[in-house]
Amino acid sequence: MANVNKSPWLLHYDGSSCNGCDIEVLAALTPVYDAERFGVVNTGDPMQSDILLITGGINTQNVKIVRQLYNQMPRPKVVVAVGVCACTGGVFKDCYNILGGADKAIPVDIYVPGCAARPESIIDGIIQAVALFQKRLEEHGARISARKKGETVPPYDEAWPEPDNEVKMHGGK
Amino acid sequence: MAAKMIWVLCYILLAPFLGGLLDGIDRRISARMQGRVGPPLLQPFYDIRKLLSKQTIAVTRSQGFMLLIYLLLMLFTGCMFFAGSDILMCFFVLSTAATFLYFAAAITDSPYSTIGASRELIQMMAYEPAILLTCVGFYLIEKTFNVSEIITSRVSAIIYLPGFFAAFLFILTIKMRKSPFDTSTAHHAHQELVKGVTTEFGAKNLALFQITEWYETVLLLSVVGLFIVNRNPWSYPAAVLVILSVFFLEILIDNTCARVKWELMLKSTWIVTLLTAGVNTLILMLIR
Repeated sequence: MANVNKSPWLLHYDGSSCNGCDIEVLAALTPVYDAERFGVVNTGDPMQSDILLITGGINTQNVKIVRQLYNQMPRPKVVVAVGVCACTGGVFKDCYNILGGADKAIPVDIYVPGCAARPESIIDGIIQAVALFQKRLEEHGARISARKKGETVPPYDEAWPEPDNEVKMHGGK
Repeated sequence: MAAKMIWVLCYILLAPFLGGLLDGIDRRISARMQGRVGPPLLQPFYDIRKLLSKQTIAVTRSQGFMLLIYLLLMLFTGCMFFAGSDILMCFFVLSTAATFLYFAAAITDSPYSTIGASRELIQMMAYEPAILLTCVGFYLIEKTFNVSEIITSRVSAIIYLPGFFAAFLFILTIKMRKSPFDTSTAHHAHQELVKGVTTEFGAKNLALFQITEWYETVLLLSVVGLFIVNRNPWSYPAAVLVILSVFFLEILIDNTCARVKWELMLKSTWIVTLLTAGVNTLILMLIR
């Protein structure tokens, strides 16, 4: 496993999950599965995390919240949708309040199916997210050095528009 | 004079690496105590490397300035200590450094950050008496505050200062941000106020904070060693052994205790300080 020199910090957010996937995410940090041996730390702070683990579907109330959490995370970032509810809406897809999976609010990179997703699948998803994060980190570094040299740099490919309740922040690049 | 410069240079250059390694050992041993495998030993360095390459979101630019002052004052404290100067002044500068950490957290208006900052001040209130009494203890037996003279004493300071040593170990739990006294911010992922004092520290600021914490850990463990070091050169390896045992003890306490509320932290710290360091002071003043 060549990912010993990475340090993926997670943010775990429960959209409108039944908590089954959340329990499995936390189980992934317990002794049997131990995601911390990959350097994974479950921080609760979006400002300090690299990978957003979303469980549960997106409903009308939490669309803006999920987007705000996503915007508060510094780049580069990766989103992992854990569980079938976060992928597509799951068993709750036809409910009146559920808009669908996490990709209705934010761009999702990795989908981990399952109901509830097994800790092994979650860790597999995290490992793939770490590889993607490493790739994005290198691209981010290349972008920074290109900008320092004065070259014009295309904006980040944000396929999703900024929500209207975005909290404007200072600093950053 | 040259020896002092070498010590100071070693501190400035090597302390973050030592602190990071200790942090890695801490995480590994904690994981083993919990029945897990744990991250690689150099994980804290990988964390810092990652933090420095991410986009820094800061609520206000002054945050970085405050944290830089925190780092510089911590460096200054360590340099003063290893140059052998006045230990009382060292701890005063350390308190000033901690104040800048409070500023860095309170300057944001985030509720988690400001509550964490208030708790940081309460922690300072809890540990200041023990720290000042430690300096008083050294003065009572050596008649000097200077570190360079304390390390040339005939007998290890701990022989006369067991109570002060106990009080210092008690507050070391607070300073190293270990349970049960990690009320303002905690290592690893013990969340209560999200991340307390460090909630609004973005990537680069968090890296600054972490490196300063490593400098502080090395400084505090050196003060633990100061209790052991004397004229005899064999006292230096003995001090290293004691430091490593104290570090292991802190990890053990961290893994076995749950976080307490600030009232209990304040009360218990002051009571322990009074009973151990206070009684030791009285005894020393009576027998000398």
